[in-house]
Amino acid sequence: MISFLIYKAILVGVVFGITLFIAAYSTYAERKVAAFLQDRIGPDRAGPFGILQPLADGLKFIMKEEIIPNVSNKILFVLGPSIAMLTALMAGVVIPWGSTLVINGETYSLQIVDLNIGILYVFAVVSIGVYGIMIGGWASNNKFSLLGAIRASAQMISYEIAMGLSIIALIMMTGTLSLREITELQTGAVGSSWNFWNVVYQPVGFLIFLVCAFAECNRTPFDLPECETELVGGYHTEYSSMKLGFYLFAEYINMFISSAVISTLYFGGYNFPFMNDLGMDQNIITIIGTIGLFIKIGFFIFFFMWIRWTIPRFRYDQLMNLGWKILIPLAIINIFITGLFGIL
Amino acid sequence: MITNLFYFLSFVAVLSALMVVFSRNPVYSVLYLIITFFAIAGHYVLMQAEFLAVVHVIVYAGAIMVLFLYVIMLLNLNRESEPHKSNILKFAAAICSGLLLVVLVGSLRGTELLKHSEAGEVSSTMGGVKNLGKVLFTDFLFPFEIASVLLLAAMVGVVMLAKAEKKTNL
Repeated sequence: MISFLIYKAILVGVVFGITLFIAAYSTYAERKVAAFLQDRIGPDRAGPFGILQPLADGLKFIMKEEIIPNVSNKILFVLGPSIAMLTALMAGVVIPWGSTLVINGETYSLQIVDLNIGILYVFAVVSIGVYGIMIGGWASNNKFSLLGAIRASAQMISYEIAMGLSIIALIMMTGTLSLREITELQTGAVGSSWNFWNVVYQPVGFLIFLVCAFAECNRTPFDLPECETELVGGYHTEYSSMKLGFYLFAEYINMFISSAVISTLYFGGYNFPFMNDLGMDQNIITIIGTIGLFIKIGFFIFFFMWIRWTIPRFRYDQLMNLGWKILIPLAIINIFITGLFGIL
Repeated sequence: MITNLFYFLSFVAVLSALMVVFSRNPVYSVLYLIITFFAIAGHYVLMQAEFLAVVHVIVYAGAIMVLFLYVIMLLNLNRESEPHKSNILKFAAAICSGLLLVVLVGSLRGTELLKHSEAGEVSSTMGGVKNLGKVLFTDFLFPFEIASVLLLAAMVGVVMLAKAEKKTNL
């Protein structure tokens, strides 16, 4: 019992550390990708190729003067970024980061907890994540912040519906809500005892989920809450120092987590092609699988950035039209078609 | 352990529910209401109903309360613009909520406490998705469908109201 708790505590620590590490280096990657797409060099001063840039940025955030506006609501002003950070970090708990490791005859699962409602837990965490933005924007007592907060909430609610409906089609197919079981159903990919990844069966569902993930993370082309051409800085106009850092950091963590969820749901999670044909030890397969999962996650993080530096921002009415008039009907049709195939 | 958790969650739920009523700022009221919902979701988890807990958080804390907060932020209510109700309205509200309390107490008085032997039979899969789905689509099929029709009617009604308003504006 104690060793179980210690193992879980270590796993939580490792996942926490990796999440922060990847989020920090996503900021560096974002600037490098932007530079690459715009034919520039990007940050290259701090360390070789600028790889110490995240440390420099973090140090700068901490050293800056912290300004809390006099007219703001002080408690809620501090609470906003805290909630944003907290909810961003909570979703990593149910994601299966790998298969099982067998050490000295004992099995260790590379997942913090396998809830039988795993995917719904992710939804719950995502849906309360918007409070960080709303509370922060309102507490700033600034018209622009408030507009950003209101936009964020309306956008979140609208795209959550389409996201949920796209997941329902997937759940109808897999028959389980547990993320580990959904991953196990996609084992093999190609090779002996194979199964296709879910994206083969649910291409439309995947597309809807991807678009909604962009909207839920407030990434371009859906970053209306912080639209700097209209709203100065959106919900974080009044924020400075590390509190601003938390908001920006939470966005990168959300990106990492949603990439992990997309990889798990539609791209086989820790499964990789020919995994049953290599004839290797279970532990080695597990480690390769975990590396494979992180490669998939890396690709999706790159995809997030690729879109950001390619496509301009929507207008707000376009955003609402896309959400309510295109994605939701499409998701419902997708459910019908999935159900039809299920009966046949 | 579980008893202590129960008392803690109950304390949080009752305290924040009281704060909903007593706080002067409507935004604070909504935030306290969110805390109340989380405490109640915690109670569901204690009763092995994880599905109910998560759906409760998604629907109430994640969607309905976001809309509440949205509307209150848009209205930007503060002490100066606070609507002042006449004494008759306050009196009527007190009577109405008192009557609701009587109804609730009356309906709960008849129920018996679950005996310990019965409580022991509640298995860990009791509140699971599979069991809940089975029960909903067999024993409670009719109420379930009625509820869905009710929701659909409400949705259609809202769309109709929104449309009608648009026509008068033109």
